[in-house]
Amino acid sequence: MADRRITIQAVRYDPEKDTAPRMQAYDIPFYDDSMVVLDALNYIKAHVDGSLSYRWSCRMGICGSCGMMVNGTPKLTCNAFLRDYWPRPVHVGPLNNFPVIRDLVIDMDDFMHKLQAIKPWIIRKQELPLGAGEHRQTNRQIDDFHQFSQCINCMLCYAACPVYGLNNEFLGPAATALARRYNLDSRDQGVKERLPVVADPEAVWECSFVGECSVVCPKGVDPAKAIQQTKLETTMRFVLPYGNRE
Amino acid sequence: MDFESYDVLVVGGGLAGIRAAIAAVEANPRARVGMVSKVYPMRSHTVSAEGGAAAVMRPEDSYETHAFDTIKGSDYLADQDVVEAFVREAPLEIVQMEHWGCPWSRNPDGTIATRPFGGMTTWRTCFAADKSGFHMLHTVFQTSLKYPQITRHDEAFVTKLLVEDSRCVGVAALDMKSGRIDAITAKSTILATGGLGRIYAFTTNGNICTGDGMALAYRAGAGLRDMEMVQFHPTGLPFTGILITEAVRGEGGYLYNNQGERFLKRYVPNKMELGPRDIISRAMTIEFEEGRGFEGPHGKYLHLDVRHLGEKVIDERLPFMRELGREYVGIDIVKEPIPVRPVQHYMMGGVDADIAGATAIDGLYAAGECANVGLNGANRLGSNSLPECLVFGAAAGRAAAEFAGGAKPVTANPVDAMVWDEARRVETSYIEKKGGDERIGVIREEMQHDMDEGAGVFRTKEGLTQLVEKLGGLRDRFDRIKIDDTSRAFNTELTAAMELDFMLECATAIAVSALAREESRGAHARRDFPERDDQKFLKHTLAYWREGAKPRLEYEDVHLGNFKPQARTY
Repeated sequence: MADRRITIQAVRYDPEKDTAPRMQAYDIPFYDDSMVVLDALNYIKAHVDGSLSYRWSCRMGICGSCGMMVNGTPKLTCNAFLRDYWPRPVHVGPLNNFPVIRDLVIDMDDFMHKLQAIKPWIIRKQELPLGAGEHRQTNRQIDDFHQFSQCINCMLCYAACPVYGLNNEFLGPAATALARRYNLDSRDQGVKERLPVVADPEAVWECSFVGECSVVCPKGVDPAKAIQQTKLETTMRFVLPYGNRE
Repeated sequence: MDFESYDVLVVGGGLAGIRAAIAAVEANPRARVGMVSKVYPMRSHTVSAEGGAAAVMRPEDSYETHAFDTIKGSDYLADQDVVEAFVREAPLEIVQMEHWGCPWSRNPDGTIATRPFGGMTTWRTCFAADKSGFHMLHTVFQTSLKYPQITRHDEAFVTKLLVEDSRCVGVAALDMKSGRIDAITAKSTILATGGLGRIYAFTTNGNICTGDGMALAYRAGAGLRDMEMVQFHPTGLPFTGILITEAVRGEGGYLYNNQGERFLKRYVPNKMELGPRDIISRAMTIEFEEGRGFEGPHGKYLHLDVRHLGEKVIDERLPFMRELGREYVGIDIVKEPIPVRPVQHYMMGGVDADIAGATAIDGLYAAGECANVGLNGANRLGSNSLPECLVFGAAAGRAAAEFAGGAKPVTANPVDAMVWDEARRVETSYIEKKGGDERIGVIREEMQHDMDEGAGVFRTKEGLTQLVEKLGGLRDRFDRIKIDDTSRAFNTELTAAMELDFMLECATAIAVSALAREESRGAHARRDFPERDDQKFLKHTLAYWREGAKPRLEYEDVHLGNFKPQARTY
């Protein structure tokens, strides 16, 4: 137990030196059953090779920084336990479907633009003054949008999405789920303003309903459902005479 | 040289920073506001806050009670004028967050719900289940996206404040993707960089909490106030240090020792599990020392038990705790007690700033955990830090916008030279450095271990004296570091080295301040001086940076008000 070891095969890529990604294996001590893949990366960086680059912060599954491909599956590495892989080696790569900046660090600017595009804020015809106090909202009304508000923007769903892999114009799972989060909020009146973004040909209609986004979500969000609901809602708005209700 | 120039620049994209940016724009819609963060804003450590945000929301509650609880909780080291202003602003900020879409948990009538919290005499902690910080951060970040006046510089690491004629004119920042160091200038600058928990080995804080803003301001000449006041939260998970929220006790959870005894009856009999954090962390440490802790593979622990609350309440009010227990400890908290022990959690100390966030340097403001505006004194009450970020973030944003309105524009001439020098410093001290043989990972681990040992829940003269010496030794070794990574692209070893540099500054300020405070007050518990000494130490400590030497200390009177210092019992 004390001298148990595990092999981490990390994908390396330095744009200044490498023409293509390469693999580097590290044999490190697996000294505690509670160790996660992120702990292994941290061990490597502190003690073996300081040049290995990756993002992380909270190591409690809420900041969304440390998503990587672990043995081919998108995972939060702070929540992927070595004991589930040992004694086999663990292959760690950057999230699929994104440009790679360096090693395990992906470029997620595309998502940041998509996030802004869906207008993820409360839109009202008239804002309530602060002095009027809070909007009343029941716990049942919160239930309507609750699961979609759990998105931590970790990008695992984009890494799992075959449509996004082929066409990064696709609005994709998390952004659609967040649009849904606001559209379903009883305080919001912005559904019409978001409609052009979510009903765009590159938006929900591209989804081929593979559903992998919902499978890999570490927070129980069901973006596939958000996409199907959005398809239904946009259809209703165009087809039915009362479809343009507020 | 080209550089981005703003009216107001915010360093840090957590709750305080984003709130400040929005407040600056709302104060002056024509202001151009920059926001620079070493991570994408939604990664900021606000995201890990769980329990909630305190504010007087119910007619039965009063500002006076919230103020008194906060001041008593601070062991009378809080500035009372600051506390009075805070308690009045906090409810408005909670409502503002609601209008921006924060999914606060609700009462049956649809109003914002409150829960009990430690050291608070009544229910006043607003919450979004047990992911309050996560929801508040995403709400305020997503809301910020609607302001075209705000320009973000994500993943840019500030290496230095640019100070010209004792006025801050912006920052030098490393763009992590390209590896370039640029000037980002502004008429006024707000530091909102969060805490420094990573100077300790056992902490709830994320990897990014490295005291950057405190060290930046300190080196630029601002004071660091009350740095000896470091909060240890009673309930962290062994090994990971993951926070188990105080709301677990607010909702009715019990703490047990290995005798099956609710031991807090011997320490805080009137408050029990809802006592303040400093006292409960000490009580737990004493239980360990006297043999009443459980022994586990990751050291001693006690039991936090919520089984009697039942599955329905746990799933409704504490779903994230159940998730964390299941995923990180392999237990179902509905059926098993949670192993917990005290863990570094929060920094009361920080950049010396007034009620509007203004520091001693013209044009430089600070808010949130990196600042010390005098709210928390020697011990912060749980659920006061989220509203602190809102109230003082907004105040700093407004003040910085006003300062910018009357300030001279920043000129290229000295800025170019300052940034050139800074870029050279980073090159020669890190990337091009030759002949080093010390690993930053090793120095960092030793610092963290030394801080746990020397500046933990209980302190002594001997332990603190050794700590100051050890930190000096680590600083010498830091000068001989070796960087493996010579690439420009996303060089996280370079940023980790600069973070370690910042952490060593903060750690030294903590150790030196703690050694000089020969009394016990709030979170600062000296075994050799177990009593509070109002004659000598009803004062703030101010630490000032000196190159190559220990900090110089000064003391400043606490702003007293309606509440006279008295014995602090619960």
